[in-house]
Amino acid sequence: MNRREFLTSASATAAAAGATVAAPAVFSPAKAQARAETLLIVSESGPNNLDIHGVGTNVPGYEASWNCYDRLITHPMKDVNGTPYYDRDKFEGELAEDMSIGDMSVTFKLKKDATFQDGTPVTAKDVKWSLDRAVSVGGFPTFQMKAGSLEKPEQFVVVDDRTVRVDFIRKDRLTIPDLAVIVPCVINSELVKKNATAQDPWGLEYTKQNTVGSGAYKVTKWTPGTEVIFERFENWKGGPLPKIKRVIWRMVPSAGNRRALLERGDADISYDLPNKDFAELKGNSKLNIISTPYSNGVQYIGMNVTKPPFDNPKVRQAVAYALPYDKIMEAVLFGLANPMFGAPADYQTQVKWPQPTKYKTDIAKAKALLADAGYPNGFETTLSFDLGFAGINEPLCVLVQESLGQIGIKTTINKIPGANWRTELNKKELPLFTNVFSGWLDYPEYFFFWCYHGSNSVFNTMSYQSAAMDQFIDGARAAAANGDKAAYDTDVKGMVDLAFADVPRVPLFQPYVNVAMQKNVTGYEYWFHRRLDYRALQKG
Amino acid sequence: MLKLIASRLATAIPSLIGVVIVTFLLTRVLPGDTAAYFAGPAATPQAIAEIRAKLGLDKPLPVQFVDYVSALAKGDLGTSLSTGQSVAHEITTRLPASAELTLSGLILALVIAVPFGIAAAVKQGSWIDHACRIITTAGVSLPVFFTGLLLVYLFYFRLGWAPAPLGRLDVFFSAPETVTGFYLIDSLIALDGETFRAALAQLVVPALTLAIFALAPIARITRASMLQVLASEFVRTARAAGLTSRTVIITYAFRNAMLPVVTTLGMVFSFLLGANVLVEKVFAWPGIGSYAVEALITSDFAPVQGFVLAMAILYVALNLIIDLAYGIIDPRARSEA
Repeated sequence: MNRREFLTSASATAAAAGATVAAPAVFSPAKAQARAETLLIVSESGPNNLDIHGVGTNVPGYEASWNCYDRLITHPMKDVNGTPYYDRDKFEGELAEDMSIGDMSVTFKLKKDATFQDGTPVTAKDVKWSLDRAVSVGGFPTFQMKAGSLEKPEQFVVVDDRTVRVDFIRKDRLTIPDLAVIVPCVINSELVKKNATAQDPWGLEYTKQNTVGSGAYKVTKWTPGTEVIFERFENWKGGPLPKIKRVIWRMVPSAGNRRALLERGDADISYDLPNKDFAELKGNSKLNIISTPYSNGVQYIGMNVTKPPFDNPKVRQAVAYALPYDKIMEAVLFGLANPMFGAPADYQTQVKWPQPTKYKTDIAKAKALLADAGYPNGFETTLSFDLGFAGINEPLCVLVQESLGQIGIKTTINKIPGANWRTELNKKELPLFTNVFSGWLDYPEYFFFWCYHGSNSVFNTMSYQSAAMDQFIDGARAAAANGDKAAYDTDVKGMVDLAFADVPRVPLFQPYVNVAMQKNVTGYEYWFHRRLDYRALQKG
Repeated sequence: MLKLIASRLATAIPSLIGVVIVTFLLTRVLPGDTAAYFAGPAATPQAIAEIRAKLGLDKPLPVQFVDYVSALAKGDLGTSLSTGQSVAHEITTRLPASAELTLSGLILALVIAVPFGIAAAVKQGSWIDHACRIITTAGVSLPVFFTGLLLVYLFYFRLGWAPAPLGRLDVFFSAPETVTGFYLIDSLIALDGETFRAALAQLVVPALTLAIFALAPIARITRASMLQVLASEFVRTARAAGLTSRTVIITYAFRNAMLPVVTTLGMVFSFLLGANVLVEKVFAWPGIGSYAVEALITSDFAPVQGFVLAMAILYVALNLIIDLAYGIIDPRARSEA
C-alpha cells in the first residue's frame, strides 16, 4: 500500500466513523494505524541478493530468503531461559504435511492448498527443481547441501504431483536437519524458467531481485544499502498467518544512531548493536533486550601447528595459560558471552559442544611451560584479526598482546581488512590469530569435522593433523548415522579431550547474538542462522 | 564560447583515459580477494574457484581490461557484488541523493559565509571579524561525523525537533516520482506538499552539518579576496567619487572579489560530493560516497571503478562550468581563454 492509498482509505474510515476532523489531523491516526501493523527494523547492513542460491549472497540476504521462501520441513520452538529457541531434534512440516523416513530415503507429501505468491500451486516438480538447483549452482548452497550428503540431482525424485522422495547416498544423521536449513528453499520453478537465459539457466539474475516463493512475506521494494520492504503473503500455508503486515528494514550504519532510534521509540527492533550498548541498555526498562548464545559457535585463539614455535604442544599450552580470560569477558564483552574456560578441576567432559576448557590465566605456569619447551625468553610473532569485526577483535587482541608479553612472547598486531581475511585464512600461514566459527547444524561432530579434521577444511585454520582425532570424528559420524549411542558418546568425549590437551586452538567464549526491541514487540525466536524470523513477531 | 567548451572537453579526454586505466589497475592491485570474500563464510577452495571463474577474475589482466573497456564503451559499468545492482543504475540513483545534500549544504554555507566574509573584510579587526575567525576555525577543525552526531543528539535525541536520521525520507513516505532525482524538486513537480515537507525535514540537519564544514573555506576566501579588492585603487576612486558605501562594496568590490570565491566553491562542492561519506553514514543517507567506500572495503571492483569515473567526469564538467562562470563574472577571463 502506498501512502496515497492509505490516506484515502484512512479518510474513508474516518468519514464512515462520522469523524469531522480536518484533513491534516486525519493523517496522524492513519500514520499511527500503519505504524501498528508495520515493523521497523534497523541494522548495520542489508542484503546484496534476495536469493540464498545466488553468487556471493551475504548473511543479511539469508534473512530475506528465510522469510520469503518455505522449506519442506522446519523446526518447532522450545523454551530456553524464557526465549523461544529452535528445537534441534524435532521437525514439523512447512510445505510438507507429512514426512516418512525410510531406511535409505525420506518421502514428503506436500500440503494440498499451498500456492506460490503468484497463485500457482506448489508441486513436487517445483520442489525437485529447487533442490536440483541447490546442489548444482555451486558455491555456498551446494557446499551446505553436501554437508548433509545431498549431492546429486538424482537423489530428488518426483513420485507424483504432491509427493517427493529424497534418496540417501549414504547414511548420514545430518541429511534431515540439512533439509530444514535456509538453502533447500522451494522456488516457483515455472516463473523462474520463464525469466532464465541461456547463460543463466537457473535464473539467478531474476531471483536476485525478486522473491518468488510460497513464503510468508514477499519483498515489494528493495533499495540496496538503504531499505528492504516486505509485505505479508495473505495465503501463506506454511504456518499461522503472521501478525505483522509489513516489515520495513532500514540500514543505519551508525551504531549510535541505531541506539538513538531505539531509545526514542522510532525503531522497533535493532539487530546488531555493539555489546557495550547492549550492556548499558539492559538497565533501560523501556526496552526488551534478548541475548542468546550462538549455537555451536566459539571464538578462539588459533595457532598454526605446522611451524615453530607453535608446532610444540607445550608452547600452545603456555599460550592457553597466559590468555587474559577474565579481562576479555569483562572489558571486551561486558559479560555478554559464555566463558569457554576455567572449568573446575573435577569437571567431567560431557557429550556436548561447546563446553569449557580447564585453562585459566596462570602466568607462572605459562612461563614454566614455555621454558620447558625451550623458549625461556619467549619469541616474537604476529597476532592477526579480522577488521570486519574490529569491535570485539581489536580490544581482545590488545589484551592478548599485553598478557602474552608477560611471558616473553612479543606480538605485533596485524589487522586484516574483512575483504582479505578469508584469503589470508585460506593460505594457512598466519601464526597466531583470533577467529570465530559457528555451524548451522548444531552437532559436535559437525563442528569438529570442519575445525579439527585432517581433511584440512578452510576452518581448520590451524592446519591441525592428528590420526587419533580423525578416528574420533569419523567414528562419531558413523556412530551417529547408525544410532550407536555408546560409541558416539565415547568418540565425542575423546575428541573434546584431545582438542583441549593438544590445544591447536584455545576456546575463549561462546558469543551472544543481541537483539533489542521495544516493549510492545514480542515473539522473537532464536534460529540457528541467528537472523530474524518476522513470521512470529507481533506488535501491540 | 563553443570553441572554448570544445577545447576544454578535448583536454579532458586524456585524463579520462588515464583514470580508466589507473582505476582498473589499482583495484586489481588491492590485497583483498573478491572471490574469497563473496564465497561466504563456509567456502571451500573449489567454491572460491567457481566464483572466481563466474566473475571472470581467473582471466589474465589484459583480457579483463579489454572486457572492461568494451563493456564501458557500451555504457555498461558492470555489476556491484555487494548490492547486486548494476553500477550505472546505482550511480544514477545515488548521485542525485549526494548532490541534493551537498548543494543544500553548500547553499546554506554560501548564504551564511559570503555576507559574513564581506562584513568581516569591511569591518576588519572588529568583533564581527573575530567572530568570523572563531567560527570558521571551529567549523573546519570539528570533524563532520562529530558535528553530525552532535546535531543528531541535540536536535533528534534530546529536543525531538528533527526527524529520525533515517535517510532521505521518513519510512512512511514513498519517494516522489523520479524526474531529477532531487526529492525536493520532484515532490514540487508532483505537487506533493506533504512529501516536500518530509524530504526537507530530513535534509535540514545533514545539510547543516555539511554547511558548518563548508563555511570556513568560503568565508575565509571571501574575506581575503574582499580585503585585497577593497585596498585597490578603483575602490578608492569610487569612494572619492562619493558613491555610497553600499554601491562600492556590493557592485564594485564584491563583483571583483567573486572570482576566487567561485573557484573555491567549485572545489568545495566536488570535494564534499565525494568526501561526505561520514555525513552519509551518520544520517543513513543513500549517497555515492558511502557506496564507494563500502565497495572498497569488500573489494567490489566495479563500483569503485564506476565511482572514480563518474567523479572524474563530474570534475571535468564542474571545471568547465567554473571556467564559463569566470567569463560571465569577469570579461577579461573570457579573452584570456
